[in-house]
Amino acid sequence: MNPGAWLAARWRARRIPLAWLLLTRQPVRLAVALAGISFAGILMFMQLGFRDGLFDASVTIHRLFDADLVLISPRSTSSVSMAGFPRRRLVQVMAAPEVEGITPVHWNLLLWRNPQTRATRSILALGFEPGDPLFIDPTLAPKARLLSQKGRVLFDQQSRPEFGPVADWFKQGRTVESEIAGKRVRVAGLVGLGTSFGADGNLLTSSETFLELLPNTPPGSIEVGLVRLRRGTDAQAVAQRLQAQLPSDVTVLTKEGFIAFEQNYWRTSTSIGFIFSLGAAMGFVVGCVIVYQVLYSDVSDHLPEYATLMAMGYRLTSLLGVVAREGLLLAAFGYLPAYAAGQGLYWLVRSATQLPVAMNTTRALTVLTMILVMCMASAGLAMRRLADADPAEIF
Amino acid sequence: MPIPLKSSEMPMPSAPSSQAIALQGLNHWYGKGDTRRQVLQGIDLAVAPGEVVLLTGPSGCGKTTLLTLVGALRQVQEGSVQVLGRELAGSNQRQRQQLRRSIGMIFQGHNLLRCLTAEQNVQMGSDLLPALSYRARRDQARDWLRAVGLGDELHKLPHDLSGGQKQRVAIARALAARPRLLLADEPTAALDSRTGREVVELLQRLAQEQGCAVLMVTHDPRILDIADRLLRMEDGRLKTLPSAVQ
Repeated sequence: MNPGAWLAARWRARRIPLAWLLLTRQPVRLAVALAGISFAGILMFMQLGFRDGLFDASVTIHRLFDADLVLISPRSTSSVSMAGFPRRRLVQVMAAPEVEGITPVHWNLLLWRNPQTRATRSILALGFEPGDPLFIDPTLAPKARLLSQKGRVLFDQQSRPEFGPVADWFKQGRTVESEIAGKRVRVAGLVGLGTSFGADGNLLTSSETFLELLPNTPPGSIEVGLVRLRRGTDAQAVAQRLQAQLPSDVTVLTKEGFIAFEQNYWRTSTSIGFIFSLGAAMGFVVGCVIVYQVLYSDVSDHLPEYATLMAMGYRLTSLLGVVAREGLLLAAFGYLPAYAAGQGLYWLVRSATQLPVAMNTTRALTVLTMILVMCMASAGLAMRRLADADPAEIF
Repeated sequence: MPIPLKSSEMPMPSAPSSQAIALQGLNHWYGKGDTRRQVLQGIDLAVAPGEVVLLTGPSGCGKTTLLTLVGALRQVQEGSVQVLGRELAGSNQRQRQQLRRSIGMIFQGHNLLRCLTAEQNVQMGSDLLPALSYRARRDQARDWLRAVGLGDELHKLPHDLSGGQKQRVAIARALAARPRLLLADEPTAALDSRTGREVVELLQRLAQEQGCAVLMVTHDPRILDIADRLLRMEDGRLKTLPSAVQ
């Protein structure tokens, strides 16, 4: 039978939509159930959104790099504690035929003085040769030329406001000067990068300026080495080969590996993942309790009616199906407002914290699945009450 | 609490009866051990297709138990219960559920589904006929409601109907599944005498049009004259009364 004919036959054979009528003819109970499910859904969206957002935010900068491979020191644990490795390892990589170009990068947290309040705050500073490609974004290159003058920096305008009204002042045409590690710097331009876990703000400068700000950096030591490969090269294979060829004082990662390295730190070495997953689990449990309560009392209230249907010749399984469909309907109608509210709250969080929190398909499906499981598990438990419906007792 | 049958107690299989109801040597007990109490004692009864039988008797005499056994709502303990040619002794849940589709039931309370309209309640009955399309089943439900005089109340909820109207919806629902046997347990108990009379007359007329046998338990002396046969039950035993006694 073709699907159309099958559907037509099902449509012909349909019955009174008892589950739908049970729910809609009791609007207060329905509203309570939907409010509970939506609340649970919103809680899950928020907690999972924060978790993913924070993990995503930890690699805001990492994603921007124009690199296929990234060299770091094996002693580096995360973006907030990058260790140095000999710069000549990066130069050695140039020997490989697949390598097209390299960029040595200095990477450290420095103390930035707020030009307005004079308070200091830790900012992530990257130092590179102004002529070298650093980010995929092509608008950086012309700005980078401004860094060839000593003591100039490019300030990330998405940095938190605690660093001072640098971007505003700069746009007004004022000369913005501040101090880093006691040395005077001038803002030569603005870039848009984004904040992350480890860094509330970012600035770019030339290697020369960077070394002046941090005079204790050992000569010939860098924290990150970017490697660009020829088009169509298998980065994974090259990374493995280079790792085998190079001494063990350097780790060769693909760009994805570099991103995973950072996310993995926040995931495993901090309780962030656990805390937010626990928050989502709480939402799940609260939702379960509410849906179970609603469905259980619904079945209890209608027990004589269910018994009547059994006396009429309806099968127990078709009555269990009614409860299951109630659960499905609740899940569907509870999910929609939760999804809409989630979108709204993500927007709110984005505008308030600059964290990259957004709806994505994976999370939308995860929460949908959890709401479905929640409703169906509750329906399953409420069904046990149906076993008490004895048609012999209704006469 | 049904008592499990020993194999020696299994009734001898008897030939399928052409009667709507055929009971032979039906015994039934409630409770266990010392508190075990016999509620039905050696009941023999035959009801022909289309026959209207009224059952009276004091409360607690076992009338309702008899009705639940005939209605395939309870496991038979001892004796033979043949309903519409099907033996119920030793039947399983599934067989009883299947048979219940051919038995209409009308209860003391109307037992309508509160969240369904009159039409939808009746269609819960015709929905048991799987061969018909949704539209045909809905049209049948409307026809039945017109037949019980509720053609103008199709979309009212039970809450908005009077007691007599609710019982008429219940009758329409029971008949909508096209039963060949109708069981009624004091259908007039919640109604005033005039409404009760109307409802029972309607029930009798419609059942006869359908060739449907009726077994009705009642205390109401004003409706006994509609019966083809009157039975009286006392202490779990059946006695036939001549209709003329009334």
